Amino acid sequence: MVRINSIQRGIVIDHIKAGVGLKIFNYLGLDKAEFTVALIMNAPSGKLGRKDIIKIENEIDIDFTVLGFIDPNITIDIINGEKIESKIKLKLPDKIENVIKCINPRCITSTEQEILHSFYLSNREKGEYRCTYCDEINNPNNIS
Amino acid sequence: MLKGRNLIDPMDFSLVELEEFFNYADEIIKDPKDFSHVCDGKILATLFYEPSTRTRLSFEAAMLRLGGQVLGFSEAQSSSASKGESVADTIRTVECYADIAAIRHPKEGAPKVAAMNSKMPVINAGDGGHQHPTQTLTDLLTIRNIKGTLSNLTIGICGDLKFGRTVHSLIKAMSRYENIKFILIAPNELSIPKYIKVEVLEKNNIEFTEVEKLEDVIGDLDILYMTRVQKERFFNEEDYIRLKDSYILDKEKMLKAKKDMIILHPLPRVNEIAVEIDTDPRACYFRQAKFGMYARMALIAKLLGVDK
Repeated sequence: MVRINSIQRGIVIDHIKAGVGLKIFNYLGLDKAEFTVALIMNAPSGKLGRKDIIKIENEIDIDFTVLGFIDPNITIDIINGEKIESKIKLKLPDKIENVIKCINPRCITSTEQEILHSFYLSNREKGEYRCTYCDEINNPNNIS
Repeated sequence: MLKGRNLIDPMDFSLVELEEFFNYADEIIKDPKDFSHVCDGKILATLFYEPSTRTRLSFEAAMLRLGGQVLGFSEAQSSSASKGESVADTIRTVECYADIAAIRHPKEGAPKVAAMNSKMPVINAGDGGHQHPTQTLTDLLTIRNIKGTLSNLTIGICGDLKFGRTVHSLIKAMSRYENIKFILIAPNELSIPKYIKVEVLEKNNIEFTEVEKLEDVIGDLDILYMTRVQKERFFNEEDYIRLKDSYILDKEKMLKAKKDMIILHPLPRVNEIAVEIDTDPRACYFRQAKFGMYARMALIAKLLGVDK
């Protein structure tokens, strides 16, 4: 078992579906971080079987909306003095902008690059998003 | 109130707004001359990034018959798009010259981008395989005028139900009215997409059946909406040969149809309706084209907020 020390002050992003952690790590730009960060992959989880965890030893601004879009089951713990100070519950955002690009090659956003890549939540139960322009179904797997 | 609005999606107008639109269109149909000057001094820009003679002429005829004028282009090569100008920049420029715009574009969502960047009303005149809302308004206006109602109808839709955007829009639009039943006639390869069945028909408790052959159901229909079946859509030649005649409407099949059934088609027709049917009083597809012009007249006038 790999041991990662607990953090003094910072953020723990937990219950990330196994395999998605690296995507979030890159999206948050943590590969360029100058503070301590840990990406734990395939950790055992009672709930998920396997999960990824990100520990950040710093207070940073995170766009929780995007994390909710990627996986609303992710939990966020704000740590202070090695203790959980607060928990943030994520939910699917009604709208996301410039997080993913539309997969439809016939969409206007495929040729006009300056257009805002905008998507609306079309089915909350299925976590389904559609492109604001062409209505094509898109999902978090398209995140770059 | 439709003044200043855009029409991008066939479902943009509520049922109340559609009634307002239909009533205005009926007034135009009753006496078009009364409306021949309502758009005096107004200009419609027809921005056609891909050729579509029929739709463009219908828009232009509509504006001219309202007393307005028309400017625009009929293919991307003759516009600034060929120099790399964005849709947003084009519409911002055109709104300096015109009062309303109809835009057709091969890319899906382009008219929405135009509308988001425009202060003048924008009408989607067709965006790729996505939407063609003025065709839907045309279809509804035609049905309402010829059948006298948009409720209590059995509608057969025949041909390419998979890729046909007009078909998807028609089903969505008609699903808002009471006691509508659909009979969907298509080969398996071209059957209606699952999302239309789940998100539109089943969600709204609309009765529908799917069949492969037109001759089996034609006698049950109040409306037969024909579309073209293209050979290249089939996976194999054998299926095409087996089924192709089922999607060609001829005199023999019409013998089984009700006396007051109407035949509609978004046009252009290739061979899916035999020319011999054209003289049958139930053939309404050319009248439908005329209703299309009236629908566009009513739409332009309503979005501009002009009146006689």
